[in-house]
Amino acid sequence: MKYAFSFLAVIALILIAWLGSQIPGMEYLFGVAIPYLAILVFLGGFVYRVMQWAKSPVPFPIQTTCGQGKSLDFIKRDKLDCPNTNSEVIARMFLEIFAFRSLFRNTKSELHEGPKITYESSKWLWLFALIFHYSFLVIVLRHMRLFTNPVPGWIQAIELGDAMLQIGAPTLYLTNIGLVLGVVLLFGRRLTNPHVRFISLVNDYFPLVLILGIAITGILMRYFLRTDIDIVNIKALLVGLATLQPVISAEIGAIFYIHIFLVSVLLAYFPFSKLMHLGGVFMSPTRNMKNNTRAVRHINPWNDPNIKPHSYAGYEDEFREYMVDAGIPVEKELPPKKDEA
Amino acid sequence: MAVVKLEQLSKSVVQGPSLSTGAIPTKDWMDTPAVFKPGNFAYQAKVEKVEYLDSQKDLSFPNAREWSPDEDDWKLPEDWKEIILQGLKERLDKFRSLKIFMDCCVRCGACADKCHFFLGTGDPKNMPVMRAELLRSVYRNDFTLAGKIMGKMAGAREMTVGVLKEWFMYSYQCTECRRCSVFCPYGIDTAEVTMMLRELLHLVGVGINWILEPASNSNRTGNHMGLQPHTFKDNVDFLAEDVENLTGVKINHSFNRKGAEVLFITPSADVFAEPGLYTAMGYLALFEEIGLDYTWSTYASEGGNFGLFTNNELMKKLNAKMYAEAKRLGVKYIIGGECGHMWRVLHQYMDTMNGPADFLEVPKSSITGTVFDNAASTKMIHISEFTADLIRHNKLKFDPSRNDHVKATYHDSCNPARAMGLMDEPRYILDHVVNNWVEMPENTIREQTFCCGSGTGLNTDEIMELRMRAGLPRANAVKHVIDKHDVNMLSCVCAIDRATLTSLMDYWNPGCGVCGVSELVGNALVMKGENRQELTEGLRTLV
Repeated sequence: MKYAFSFLAVIALILIAWLGSQIPGMEYLFGVAIPYLAILVFLGGFVYRVMQWAKSPVPFPIQTTCGQGKSLDFIKRDKLDCPNTNSEVIARMFLEIFAFRSLFRNTKSELHEGPKITYESSKWLWLFALIFHYSFLVIVLRHMRLFTNPVPGWIQAIELGDAMLQIGAPTLYLTNIGLVLGVVLLFGRRLTNPHVRFISLVNDYFPLVLILGIAITGILMRYFLRTDIDIVNIKALLVGLATLQPVISAEIGAIFYIHIFLVSVLLAYFPFSKLMHLGGVFMSPTRNMKNNTRAVRHINPWNDPNIKPHSYAGYEDEFREYMVDAGIPVEKELPPKKDEA
Repeated sequence: MAVVKLEQLSKSVVQGPSLSTGAIPTKDWMDTPAVFKPGNFAYQAKVEKVEYLDSQKDLSFPNAREWSPDEDDWKLPEDWKEIILQGLKERLDKFRSLKIFMDCCVRCGACADKCHFFLGTGDPKNMPVMRAELLRSVYRNDFTLAGKIMGKMAGAREMTVGVLKEWFMYSYQCTECRRCSVFCPYGIDTAEVTMMLRELLHLVGVGINWILEPASNSNRTGNHMGLQPHTFKDNVDFLAEDVENLTGVKINHSFNRKGAEVLFITPSADVFAEPGLYTAMGYLALFEEIGLDYTWSTYASEGGNFGLFTNNELMKKLNAKMYAEAKRLGVKYIIGGECGHMWRVLHQYMDTMNGPADFLEVPKSSITGTVFDNAASTKMIHISEFTADLIRHNKLKFDPSRNDHVKATYHDSCNPARAMGLMDEPRYILDHVVNNWVEMPENTIREQTFCCGSGTGLNTDEIMELRMRAGLPRANAVKHVIDKHDVNMLSCVCAIDRATLTSLMDYWNPGCGVCGVSELVGNALVMKGENRQELTEGLRTLV
């Protein structure tokens, strides 16, 4: 019950933050120390992981070509899926990172009597992933208003767009629905798709549940428990955190501490988990290399110059007699036969 | 190994209890050991082959011994575990791809049903993601903080003999075709994982004979088939005579000739067995017609490279013959024949491993004047590029009706498609040499092409059922165009395909032949001074 465990873990985290923040004096631990620590672990860990990857060389060009490469001038090439220049690689990577292009290709196969295998386009995963990631991104950007004073115009613009339905007060953000929906869909897919359920680990369920916890506590704070929290003090604390002068001047409300604790856990967990795909997607050699490998030599730093072919001389020594008999040119003629002398 | 009957296998694929048919395994995959029984594993490498390779001073193939996969005791060296973990550490430091592919997978499952082995067997461990998890679980356990602290909770597990056996089973049920990597949102390439697994297994003397024997042959005799120089020459001479008998045109070819303009290298299978032989006859006819100044080599008589399926060192050593021979003979550039994995090595590895080939010139067709800038550094071009250029410049006269006995379709070989981007040159040629050819369904061609099911050295008879299962997606797509368009010929540009697709067609689609594109070129070619007989089956006609 890998998913059940994930729920238990997140519930435990919530209880820790809830009860912990009620102990007098502990609000500095949950409101200041842990968030700072989490950010340090996140930044340090992220940089460390990327450096670790970068430390290993890319010995061979292993681009995956998904279209016609550059060859003869009358053969139309696919610049996007078989890039030959830096700008083409950038275009390929841009679509990969911002539009999840590979997932857009996804197909679903089915076995029928016969046997007959059919394939049809299946874009659900692509759609769920887009909803989830873009909602998350906008929410992160929107939250920057809490750390800045005055709030920059671009953040206000994002907020305005996100609240464009103008439903309710405080106005409903589309991305709040999007994030919860995204998590639920991705989680549901993990449970119901037999292939994915079989491969899923605790590492796959836990981050989803954790993010769900963050989303729900955030939504509760904004829409339902507004009287329990003091938004002015939260803003003061967060601006303080951002300017390295954090102050907690009054009681803020437990729900806030739960929310910020879960976010801290997510940040600290990030560099040690599959969430590092955020960094890895930029560095994958099958996607970010040019397919010009016969035109420009790629250098492998550990190429071993001592590996030589089985020498021609050795080959000819072994087979010289046969070669001469067959009229194949040789470098060294056969020695004169002794018994003829 | 007797092959299971068609009806039985057809039923088993669709109804047998497997993950593809909806039977969800109840046990966690970590608790399901690999079980070896006759028919589900390729035979272990013979001791003398391993010893021969180990005797080469720049190679290391330790721990040669008698052992068998279906015995409990694999007689591993005492410190096998340290060897494997140390080997893994070294490879993590040498290959960024490995590190990133170990760290970034989110198990989204996009790759799951993209693998021909999974589609044909329904074995959950044949989902590409699962194949990688077999290694990833050990990586987590020994090389990541989360795995060290959380253990199994974080998807980590200890390296055991059982894990090693699992690696052997599933790294030899992958043909490194890279189809999964097309669909992965991070481009994770299972071929990289499989290559690492196979390298690691060789460190403890675990490998299969169908790879190591051809590899040792190639090192010693120059080709996988083990043809010695005189035999290689005899075979080509014989094919040249056949061409002469059929067309009335005498073929002038040469071997190991210094000063030729071009060195021509093709997989030795092309001069060894049907239907590759007809492809080789196509090359001979084409080169004769244009009067190309070229030579074959008996020393570098292998285009393919089973080192790619073994380890980096062996791949480099075998490949190095090409440039060494080009240099010795003083040619200007190299033309490579039709082959899949050969072209992966030539396009993505050769220059890096054995270049720079500064003793060669940028390939320039002496017939059309075209300079092949796309091969400016490796100085090696693909026969399809060369032929397409000749056609474009009207240097060849074709009578496509000579191929009217053929209704063809075209199979993109994995490596030219996904590791090179060679897709439209062969199609351009087909457009000119046959009147009738059709494409298979779009999810089964070009970058989405399906492997023949027996690549990477798995073309061995003892695993025939596995091969027929793995080849099913390809065979099924061919069947689609047979039913719809009466296709009777599966053309391709790969020597392994020519061998393996023949078995595959005989099994799933009897009556459908397999040929190289160059065979169709040879069929349609109108040669100067020809005195051609009525060739109802082109170069295959028996006269």
